[in-house]
Amino acid sequence: MPETLFKPGHTACAGCGQAVGARLVIDTAGKNTMIANNTGCLEVFSTKYPESAWCVPWIHSLFENCSAVASGIEAALKYLGKKDTINVIAQAGDGGTADIGLQAISGMFERGHDVLYVCYDNEAYMNTGIQRSGLTPTLTNTTTSPSGSASLGNPRPKKPMPEIAAAHGIPYVATASVGYPQDVQKKVKKALSIKGPKYIQIHVPCPLGWRHESDMTFDVAKLAVETGLYPLFEYEYGKLVSRKIAKIKPVEEYLKVQGRFKHLLKNPDAVKQVQAIADYNIQKYQLKSEA
Amino acid sequence: MKQFLEGSHAIAEIIKRCKPGVVSAYPITPQTHIVEDLAQMVADKELDAQFVNVESEHSAASVVLGAQAVGVRTYTATSSQGLLLMAEVVFNIAGLRLPIVMTTANRAISAPINIWNDQQDVMTVRDSGWVLLFAETIQEAVDLHVQAYKIGEDPRVMLPVMVNMDGFILTHGMETVDMPSQEEVGKFIPPYTTTYKLDVDNPQTMGYLADPDYYLEIRYLVQQTHRELLSIIPEVASQFKKAFKRGEGNGLIEGYRLEDAEQVFVAMGSVCGTIRDSVDELRAKGKKAGLLKIISYRPFPKDEVLTALSRAREVAVVDKSVSLGGFGPVYTDLCAAVSSMGPKAPKVSGFVLGLGGRDITLKSIQDVYERMSGKQVDCEFIGLKQELLAEGK
Repeated sequence: MPETLFKPGHTACAGCGQAVGARLVIDTAGKNTMIANNTGCLEVFSTKYPESAWCVPWIHSLFENCSAVASGIEAALKYLGKKDTINVIAQAGDGGTADIGLQAISGMFERGHDVLYVCYDNEAYMNTGIQRSGLTPTLTNTTTSPSGSASLGNPRPKKPMPEIAAAHGIPYVATASVGYPQDVQKKVKKALSIKGPKYIQIHVPCPLGWRHESDMTFDVAKLAVETGLYPLFEYEYGKLVSRKIAKIKPVEEYLKVQGRFKHLLKNPDAVKQVQAIADYNIQKYQLKSEA
Repeated sequence: MKQFLEGSHAIAEIIKRCKPGVVSAYPITPQTHIVEDLAQMVADKELDAQFVNVESEHSAASVVLGAQAVGVRTYTATSSQGLLLMAEVVFNIAGLRLPIVMTTANRAISAPINIWNDQQDVMTVRDSGWVLLFAETIQEAVDLHVQAYKIGEDPRVMLPVMVNMDGFILTHGMETVDMPSQEEVGKFIPPYTTTYKLDVDNPQTMGYLADPDYYLEIRYLVQQTHRELLSIIPEVASQFKKAFKRGEGNGLIEGYRLEDAEQVFVAMGSVCGTIRDSVDELRAKGKKAGLLKIISYRPFPKDEVLTALSRAREVAVVDKSVSLGGFGPVYTDLCAAVSSMGPKAPKVSGFVLGLGGRDITLKSIQDVYERMSGKQVDCEFIGLKQELLAEGK
């Protein structure tokens, strides 16, 4: 096993996409990095006292304040004259980012702190048992947006976090997926080479919450991208650059491998509704290959 | 050097001399003058610090938390709703053992919204693990801030310290203040150094998840440190007295005409000034009245309180806050303390005064004095306007 700054032995579930994502991020950032981590799965499974998976300085304070804690770390490093040699990363899950943490993120972006914010997006509150978040996709069955005789699951679309981040005028925003590890590494590297606030949102499958086999993590992640449901793109100083899809797949291929969408398969209208979201993404982010 | 200063300005001046590397705050009346002054000092390069303007008190507390975790001295200030909004972080800071110093300009709580002074705000974080100190005068507030850094940063302590000063009465009042020089303060509190910090050369994890096998002991250790603080705070107070040639009391409590007092007021903060005048008036009439001022509310100096009250027959606790549905918080602590005195315990009555900035006058204290020797009460509001209560019916 290659040397890593995120050691094995933590208590993540088998096939956890977030554990893979976190390791890709810190190993790309390197040892001169400090991390502020919100409450959530990653924090819980990596730092159960007296053990820690982290080989870099790492702090957890609360559910919603990693952006502000990271702002303080950055300010202290500036005061000490050390900011130029040390990366500061704030990281959280989708609920800690798009819901409860949004105000602190906005403050950090607006103040222009030199911090990379990483959102590990597994599309629900997994740590507390699969409750709906602002980044839960349309028609997902979660424990607080269950499907039933009068419901097809979560009625609302994903909050456009990358656009919200970009609207702050920050220099770099990107989406990524653990299905494409080299793409994650490339984007983290690029982000850390830019001074100022950066936002990367990484799609990280959760076998438990999405109800797919634990050896399917990378396949499920790839299908999200290949169907257009999880578009990979960057806003570099506001300019959109997207990762093209070689062969676009119908959304059923993504839906059918996950228990959270099982209720949609016998409902052609619902599948159409999800396909429309993919089609919209394909157009909006220009995902179709030219060839 | 003696200067005639507004309380807030005096606090900013003393904080400048304590040299925090990161200051973060969010505006709230009546705290704002303190951080406005600090922002100006940073803008004028009088203070070498990062001043972080945040979007809420929750983030103000989180920013100083992050900065202090890197091993840098920090400062923030708040009041009222601001303190309530940051309450979650306030508890977290103590649990993380970060010796942040914060000023709370004590003020009432909504609803109804009211910007005037009482001490209800701080009582919401009474149980957070912070050291809670209360100033009676602007001079004492200045002096307590210097001691706050010394106490909190002591390797035996490593806990945050809150200096409470009554909003408007002290923050906006003017007083002649003996302002120590930069050199004197620097000598008393040398630069903050710690090995408990985020450091790329010695990576540590801070803010673990502790399951039932560990949590109880970690909380117990905070309680244990508070017990040790009962000797550390007087140690620091006596060092301060030696270095700066002033300071009454032992850092935990201060007595006024207590030696032979049979009827004792117990109070915290600026109201003690009014009570001193009342005591003088009563003494002039031959009454054996006295004042026990609590400076350190957390840790609560139980033994010192009992010694101070050993001759008292009647005690009146003057609370500027109330646990609605219960009693005044200081009254509750005092009852817990005297419960160990057995049959020698004085009769303790509890009074609530001055909520929402209602003036506490000599007449109010006289009222309390008269009731002290009457029927024992546990939560008597003083100065209620009966006509307003009748209207509400």
